Amino acid sequence: MTTKKLNIKDKYRLLTRDLDWDFSYQDRKEAFPYEEFEGIKIVDWDKWEDPFRMTMDSYWKYQAEKEKKLYAIFDAFAQNNGHLNISDPRYVNVVKLFLTAVTPLEYQAYQGFAHVGRQFGGVGARVASQMQSIDELRHVQTQVHAMSHYNKFFDGLHSPAHMHDRVWYLSVPKSFFEDARAAGPFEFLVAVSFSFEYVLTSLLFVPFMSGAAYNGDMATVTFGFSAQSDEARHMTLGLEVIKFILEQHEDNVPIVQKWIDKWFWRGNRLLSIVSTMMDYMLPNKVMSWQEAWEVYFEEGGGALFKDLARYGIKPPKYSEQSKIEKQHISHQLWWTFYTHGFATAFQTWIPTDKEMDWLSEKYPETFDKYYRPRWEHARQLEEKGERFFFPGLPMLCQTCQIPAVFTEQDDPTMTTYRASDYKGEHYNFCSDGCKDIFDDEPEKFVQAWLPVHQIFQGNCGGPEVSDILADYYQFNVGADNADMKNSDDMKRWKQWKGVA
Amino acid sequence: MAVKPLHEGYIGEVKDRVENYGGNYIVHIGWDHHMLYAAPQALVLSPDLPFAEFLHKVMPESFGAHPDFATIDWPSVQWKVDGTAFEPVPEKTLKELGVGHKSVIRFDTPGAMGIGNAGV
Repeated sequence: MTTKKLNIKDKYRLLTRDLDWDFSYQDRKEAFPYEEFEGIKIVDWDKWEDPFRMTMDSYWKYQAEKEKKLYAIFDAFAQNNGHLNISDPRYVNVVKLFLTAVTPLEYQAYQGFAHVGRQFGGVGARVASQMQSIDELRHVQTQVHAMSHYNKFFDGLHSPAHMHDRVWYLSVPKSFFEDARAAGPFEFLVAVSFSFEYVLTSLLFVPFMSGAAYNGDMATVTFGFSAQSDEARHMTLGLEVIKFILEQHEDNVPIVQKWIDKWFWRGNRLLSIVSTMMDYMLPNKVMSWQEAWEVYFEEGGGALFKDLARYGIKPPKYSEQSKIEKQHISHQLWWTFYTHGFATAFQTWIPTDKEMDWLSEKYPETFDKYYRPRWEHARQLEEKGERFFFPGLPMLCQTCQIPAVFTEQDDPTMTTYRASDYKGEHYNFCSDGCKDIFDDEPEKFVQAWLPVHQIFQGNCGGPEVSDILADYYQFNVGADNADMKNSDDMKRWKQWKGVA
Repeated sequence: MAVKPLHEGYIGEVKDRVENYGGNYIVHIGWDHHMLYAAPQALVLSPDLPFAEFLHKVMPESFGAHPDFATIDWPSVQWKVDGTAFEPVPEKTLKELGVGHKSVIRFDTPGAMGIGNAGV
């Protein structure tokens, strides 16, 4: 008997759609209990166009080949002491931030997609989510391996998962993803696949990967290239998700619009960490944050929202505000990190004269007027041996959990104060966007685990800040959180390079 | 609706209830146009703290490092709690002056525009 070899299309159909079944004696709603509570109406799951037609056998084969090459490069990087080829030891702090802030998000993405990959009634959406779930888990592993070499030579890279769960500024990315994962499956996809992966991901990956390339970090660059084909699939899924939901029922439009507004703003706040990485932390700069925002959000996103207008979707609320903030946030965030440098698991520093001139050139409207005076004051104090630190703990935004460091649209010397009262309790926010998100679902955000408040409640050890850092955060105090210029990282670097 | 829940009647746990702070309040303090301090400061204070003590003990610890602090003309300072102006009375307590748990106290020092007049 001869068996006919199936073509790819037939194979895909048999291995995905044909594995689904109808429910004859069980209630379908009980099988998919998360499908309706968000109010999204799906009329016909068969209209789902699978964005990538890949079966598991071809997926494994393709990924295995890719990763074989990737690990060969990691090995070569380690054997050749690749860390000695980076531009400047300050660069490694970007790796530290990535490993503690972003890599654990890949893990949360894996968990989130595994969950929704069970919950959708349509098999096409389930398969796509399951496939992405596996991608995300692979990304965690390959990122950890790519960066593990640095852990042998530099401080601050020893406990990324532990730190992600506890350290004050890492509650920002952590709570972002927990918000998405605690939502229903449709909101999760609009949040992560569309708003983050499709609209904003270029602002995360391009800066980090180009930053790695510009600064001689071949391990991270190679991971970036390897992940690129996965990211392209994820973006395609993001677009399919949004079009599918909008085409299913007109009642879905206002719900989706609300989610786009929310997740644009949450993504914008999360990416402020990337802004400071681009403008302050990369020794060799790729482009300014403002330029990146203009290219990847204003131009790219502008075209996308023009395309979505036919469904009645408008550009995200507060996207106009981001056009003003793009000239400020990187400066505000690095100032925050510098003045809290005793409590960061990476090293901080004052920009050099050359770097300040670059910032003046890139931010002609704002840097010299509002930000240079801070750095010059900080430098005078350092020279006198009076390094300036923030005297206590900062007020946090109840929604994004970032210290309230952002300023009014028309006055960069005024903190933006916003607040709401709910069931007799008072809540503070950094912006109108974050206040709106709280006001829409206060019962969710009253549960925020705000690091400053938890410290005050005595839930993070103490009572001294140094106890919290050493015992609760597991910092190697004096090394992980040192000033760059006096750090052990810098001393070792000078030894390796044979400079005084 | 206060949240979109899977099951009716969902209620979230309020993590920062005033009861969790042993009789104290979290109080935030911000100095307008003085961005040397990246954010308003969060402190744990007694609601029964007299304003005089707040002014003479808490404020110098929180803001004394700023070069403008020593030259503040206190009678001209404008105070706000949660956006509403108030007149400080030395012997009144924070609570009596309208400060609640997680309130924001702001002060504006007319004429002092920070380091280099840049709002720093």
